[in-house]
Amino acid sequence: MTPVEKDATSLGTTTPVMSPELIQQVDSDVPSHVISYQEAIREALREEMVRDDAVFLLGEDIGIHGGAFGVTRTLFDQFGPERVRNTPISENTIIGAATGAALVGMRPVAEIMFVDFSGLAMDQIANQAAKLRLMTGGQCSVPWVVRMPQGGGAGKSTAAQHSQSLEVWYAQIPGLKVVLPSTPYDAKGLLKAAIRDNNPVIFLEQKFLYSFRGAVPDEDYVLPLSMCDIKREGADVTVVASGYMVWHAMLAAEILAAEGVDVEVVDVRTISPLDEETIGASVRKTGRAVLVAEACRSYGPTGEWGMVVVEQAFDYLEAPIVRVAGRDTPIPFANSIEAGVWPDTDDIVAAVRGVMA
Amino acid sequence: MDSVDDATRVEMYRRMVLIREFELAAMDLFKRGDIKGAVHPYIGQEASGVGVCMALEVEDLIAGTHRSHGHNLAKGASPDRMMAEILGKVTGYCKGRGGSMHIAAFDTGSLGALAVVGSGIPIAVGAALAFQMRGEDHVTVPFTGDAGMNTGNWHESVNMASVWDLPVVFVLEDNKYGVSTHIRDSTNIEDLSVRAQSYGIPGVRVDGFDVLAVYEAAVTAVARARAGDGPTLIVTESYRLEGHYAGEPEVYRERSEVAEQWQHDPIPRFRQVLIDAGVASASDLDEVDAAVKAEIVKAIEFAKQSPEPDPSTAMDYIYA
Repeated sequence: MTPVEKDATSLGTTTPVMSPELIQQVDSDVPSHVISYQEAIREALREEMVRDDAVFLLGEDIGIHGGAFGVTRTLFDQFGPERVRNTPISENTIIGAATGAALVGMRPVAEIMFVDFSGLAMDQIANQAAKLRLMTGGQCSVPWVVRMPQGGGAGKSTAAQHSQSLEVWYAQIPGLKVVLPSTPYDAKGLLKAAIRDNNPVIFLEQKFLYSFRGAVPDEDYVLPLSMCDIKREGADVTVVASGYMVWHAMLAAEILAAEGVDVEVVDVRTISPLDEETIGASVRKTGRAVLVAEACRSYGPTGEWGMVVVEQAFDYLEAPIVRVAGRDTPIPFANSIEAGVWPDTDDIVAAVRGVMA
Repeated sequence: MDSVDDATRVEMYRRMVLIREFELAAMDLFKRGDIKGAVHPYIGQEASGVGVCMALEVEDLIAGTHRSHGHNLAKGASPDRMMAEILGKVTGYCKGRGGSMHIAAFDTGSLGALAVVGSGIPIAVGAALAFQMRGEDHVTVPFTGDAGMNTGNWHESVNMASVWDLPVVFVLEDNKYGVSTHIRDSTNIEDLSVRAQSYGIPGVRVDGFDVLAVYEAAVTAVARARAGDGPTLIVTESYRLEGHYAGEPEVYRERSEVAEQWQHDPIPRFRQVLIDAGVASASDLDEVDAAVKAEIVKAIEFAKQSPEPDPSTAMDYIYA
């Protein structure tokens, strides 16, 4: 019996505001099916659990409840409580247990309900899992994945402790890989790669994207954990973005195309290790760079990407580098002020017009 | 324990002496500047680590702390490779990447010394989970000091292991001090083993200077874990006879308090037990002592003659 895939529940959203047509990654002659970002993650988990008995899931309320966003729903029915393992609310030990299991040959996929809660697990992530291979002189590796929903989106109103974008916390830690997919295709292919990878991988899921739909191939596939992806080719300006901001960048590119501006969109779908070469090559081609991230502006991803542009393409720049980033504030609750702290399509359009002027 | 054969008892003695001599050598090398960083001596606690590890098989896994030279040696690690590691040599267990506070010896069942207090406990729980899921009858032993018992890690881990009946033996080595803070100033109970009750698991309190008492408690706890009946808490009560680290001024305790505790030194005590029981003669044990001392001399020589890691390898072992 094929378990029924259900869409996002509880805190999940159901109404995409962007057309799936904006990003198409599977050629029409490739057998494929259209699923949501949430379903893509679930498909990856299901397929990897079928493929490899060492893969199991652990986290808070991921069993019959299916997790806070319903991502693991139906997996409990198929694989049972041993492999879809509900835990007490013990973030540090969830990650520590994943590390211990990984050290002896398992491939755990832990879920932390919101990335905002991961501070409770920071010792196990930053001091233990990330460092064990080096500290032991290569005696071990820690092949786990920690999935963490992050970020916000207009109208989500989950306030300051459930809305942050924290990829930079983890990108600062050598030994970890950090992934932030923007589409169902990327989410599935990158999660499968993360599960098969022999290193600890932080897999961030932008929760506003859970209901976004797109095609994924019917065949098994994995994507590299070390590459940016050019979501749209263009000649005039490079927009570097990740997560939900990729969609805003794509919509902005449509608007700007009507004005005769040819935008290239580079999706930093693996935050770390950072594919500096793709960013550099793109800006050497276009001569202009606009950097877009939902995370806070100061010391954020856009600062790192900007330095990559300086190092790789300074002599090619025809305009100053511009950042479009989340404002440096805890996320406020009310819709009227929440919406203003994250970048959107209009901000990107304005920034591109600025560098083209 | 009458069931412990003579050879096992002598081996317990040998391992305790090995730890003692290793620690004395490490403290000396540290004071001479041959060892950088820090050395946290296990002196006074040898009976705890040896009593527990003698109850384990090589496939059973331990997780240690910043004070884990003794745990590793008790589990069977090579003094040569340990000494090389703490001297920062490429022949060390961790190729000089770990040092005194991070010795891991996977080939003898040590997941590693993890120097953030309490942090090794969840990792041991996870390894036990893997054993349980795969139907393997190995057990894991996270060692913690009395201070580590007050971390969130300890609470989370004992609770999780209890809920899932995991094959874990939690060993809480009450050496009375967390750095400078006495246990009476950090914990408002006298018998630390009572905490087990709140997790629904057995808790036992043993004389941590008595290697046979520790061994007996460990054998019972390991058997329970292997049988799938879940974790046990063992509190071994002893005393940290040296400072928190080698060369520490120890301004927080009276010399008389330390001198009094030396009366409980587990090694001469167990030596006398073996002689009185007719297990070994004084000269037999003198031979053990001499062999251990020679082994330590050889370990120091091996470590000193080994090369340092090549600077060009600084970025090795970050990613698998």
